[in-house]
Amino acid sequence: MEQQHQQEELTMEKSREQQFLYQMMLIRRFEEKAAEMYTKEKIRGFLHLYIGEEAVATGVINALRPEDNILCTYREHGQAIVRGVDPGAIMAEMYGKREGCSGGRGGSMHLFDASKRFYGGNAIVAGHLPMALGLALADKKMRRKQITCCFFGEGAVAEGEFHESMNLSSLWQVPVLWVCENNLYAMGTAIKYSHAVTNLEVKAAGYGMPSASVDGMDVRAVWDAAEKAAHGVRDSGKPFFLVCNTYRFRAHSMFDAELYRDKSEVEEWKKRDPIALLASYLLDHEGMTNEDFKALEEHVGSVVEQAVQFAEAGTWESIDELTKFVYSEPK
Amino acid sequence: MIPHENFKEYKHMESVTTIRMTYREALKQAIREALRNDERVFLMGEDVGRYGGAFAVSKGLLQEFGPDRIMDVPLSESGFAGAGIGAALGGMRPIIEIMTVNFSLLAFDQIANNAATLLHMSGGQLNVPVVFRMSSGIGRQLAAQHSHSWEPLFAHIPGLKVLSVGTHEDARGMLAAALADPDPVVLFEYTAMLNLEGEFPANNHPVNIASAKVRRAGKDISIITYGPGVYKALDAARELDASGIDAEVLDLRVLRPLDERAITDSVSKTHKVLIVEEASRSVSISSEVTARIIEKCFYELDAPIQRLCGVEVPIPYPRHLEEASIPQKDQIVSTIKNILKK
Repeated sequence: MEQQHQQEELTMEKSREQQFLYQMMLIRRFEEKAAEMYTKEKIRGFLHLYIGEEAVATGVINALRPEDNILCTYREHGQAIVRGVDPGAIMAEMYGKREGCSGGRGGSMHLFDASKRFYGGNAIVAGHLPMALGLALADKKMRRKQITCCFFGEGAVAEGEFHESMNLSSLWQVPVLWVCENNLYAMGTAIKYSHAVTNLEVKAAGYGMPSASVDGMDVRAVWDAAEKAAHGVRDSGKPFFLVCNTYRFRAHSMFDAELYRDKSEVEEWKKRDPIALLASYLLDHEGMTNEDFKALEEHVGSVVEQAVQFAEAGTWESIDELTKFVYSEPK
Repeated sequence: MIPHENFKEYKHMESVTTIRMTYREALKQAIREALRNDERVFLMGEDVGRYGGAFAVSKGLLQEFGPDRIMDVPLSESGFAGAGIGAALGGMRPIIEIMTVNFSLLAFDQIANNAATLLHMSGGQLNVPVVFRMSSGIGRQLAAQHSHSWEPLFAHIPGLKVLSVGTHEDARGMLAAALADPDPVVLFEYTAMLNLEGEFPANNHPVNIASAKVRRAGKDISIITYGPGVYKALDAARELDASGIDAEVLDLRVLRPLDERAITDSVSKTHKVLIVEEASRSVSISSEVTARIIEKCFYELDAPIQRLCGVEVPIPYPRHLEEASIPQKDQIVSTIKNILKK
């Protein structure tokens, strides 16, 4: 149901930018609702909000094709929504319900949808980069024209698996779009305490790989950069490293007291809220009116409300099924 | 070790044609067959191609199959192990060779956090048909960073299937079964056995990787073992035979999930148990087998379960200390005589 509504809305929209606005607003409202449901103890475990970073997932994934593979971190609600995973199935997953996109087994950090080539929801920092490499290797070996897009934070750039994967992807010449979402903090550790070289895009040079960095608060700029990068990767079959400089407005997770950064810094970044930036562009340049904006907000609200209802109506898996999905069932 | 002579079961199967080759050759033939039979299969690992394999298992395969299917990789264990997992997700059937079990810890994140979990985390959407081969074991004076029996580490992890290649038959026949499995399989191969010749049925592959196998049927005591313990136990059983002791040798083969039925069947027949393994004693496969016997068939036991395990020490370099660090045939013989009071 939610899916149909969303698709309807998307085709109704006039321009690409208006679609971006809708998707970013949906991520924002969806996550605000998720945070609310967390405080109501409907959602438990870790919940990492993407609020502030919406332009990255939106800009990048809109530059991909449906057949492309996507791998994400544990802060992946936004990517799942833009990819078209049903918001109801995402919310149900966070509730731990059987109707969730991972059958309830994964939770917020492990959203999967094989039909959308959405390979998680991976919660070991940089642990999914080698898998992205392997998916691209399989595509190359099987001569498929699709690419693999792998999102990770700047925290992952300090891991050995980042460097191994960068080297191997360039050595093997496989089509991976590496997307670093640099939100300046690995949990509570600022980038200056993590990296000797903080303009991360230059690291690609060590692997003979082209790279670029982009203002990750400006969805139009992100889309533009990702479109060029994805086109290049698809055409050449070679990897590309795209750094999106962004900022997380909320705490790292629901357990974070934010002792490591000043409120003033957060407020400063909020002046560059990606949704506000795009909205003002649309108001100024595409004749979007406040009424249009309000109507969109209402629609987003109803999609999120339906997602919550879907999750609430979901069912709990029987404890008898506890050991399912450890090994494949005999065919 | 003269393994072929111990295969009591084969001697009674007169119609079975047997073939004879080294353990290394059996492993190689299995890889070659897999590459020939399925174009989705490729072998990836450090020095598997141009060098011919660190232990010459894959020697000549690069020339036969080319660099796309015999892929040399840089020293990036996590990177290429994870790439194997990704390639499996992408429809390939990768064989990932980890040069020695020690290096597998550099890939442990990928094996334990990704290969073993994806099916479950995705609610059954993503199975991972990847095979990890690793040469392991003790006995070539390779010291504490190149010889280990770490089967228990891997066998602890739900989501993995862990196989121990303790015989030539399995060296030839396990890989095909592992590749046919929809889930991640870890194959423990044993460096110390590579040059050993053995005999096995010519048409034995693929073997059944769902169950343990009785390598020698007997009625007086069950020697439950795996890996290099299998031939040692068979040698011991032959010697015991001369003293009128009829020992059964049960090769566990599948360390996860354990074939509990085979264990209880054997114990219920012989009522006495010696478990032999090269892994160190604490929190080991033998600990688990002991616990299962206690839980499932305690009242079948006529004597306390005995264990011969690796001594709890990082493997030492000098030959005499290395030999003393793992169970040997003579200890198996004397321990069994002691249990049976003969």
